[in-house]
Amino acid sequence: MLPESGGIDVFIGTVRNATKGKTVLRLEFEAYEKMAIAEIEKIAAQALAKWPVQKLLIHHRTGVLAVGDVPVIIAVSAAHRDAAFEACRYVIDTLKQTVPIWKKEIFEDGEVWVAAHP
Amino acid sequence: MKINILAFGIAKDIFGESTINVELPNDASVYNLKYSLEQQYPRLKKLATYMVAVNNEYALPEDTIYETDEIAIIPPVSGG
Repeated sequence: MLPESGGIDVFIGTVRNATKGKTVLRLEFEAYEKMAIAEIEKIAAQALAKWPVQKLLIHHRTGVLAVGDVPVIIAVSAAHRDAAFEACRYVIDTLKQTVPIWKKEIFEDGEVWVAAHP
Repeated sequence: MKINILAFGIAKDIFGESTINVELPNDASVYNLKYSLEQQYPRLKKLATYMVAVNNEYALPEDTIYETDEIAIIPPVSGG
């Protein structure tokens, strides 16, 4: 953390135990790694250009995750909290739209690729 | 030309494997690729949407495909 930093906004994603009332047993994440890293770097550059962010961390896991595990962490430090909050929200929201990572929800009676079908 | 296609997520399930080969005319576009894939794999059309990446960048339908390109089918992403 820099001495000039006035605030750090951290978003920690966690695996929920249910979706729309159905029990989730675990999640399986898959990434198109090279492109995922490239898209994450684009998002970071956009955030750094748009807000006076000092430090930015984006971490995403792949593989099998159990309920309560942490697939994603975003941390943003800035001199003032507005930039930290806004940039952190921007990063996680954009990551969910553009980064080629996919999650499959495993239920007791089957599995579903999230967002695949209308 | 023979093109190697990488597939992820539900696209991998639809193709039955993580990479497939597709025969395309030499000056084929992304649109042509999508069209021929959808003939062969109609389930693709039921997806909410899907993108094509060329050399790790999202491609436009009119972009031309070259034999040396790395092509991937990108179903709706769901990271985070």
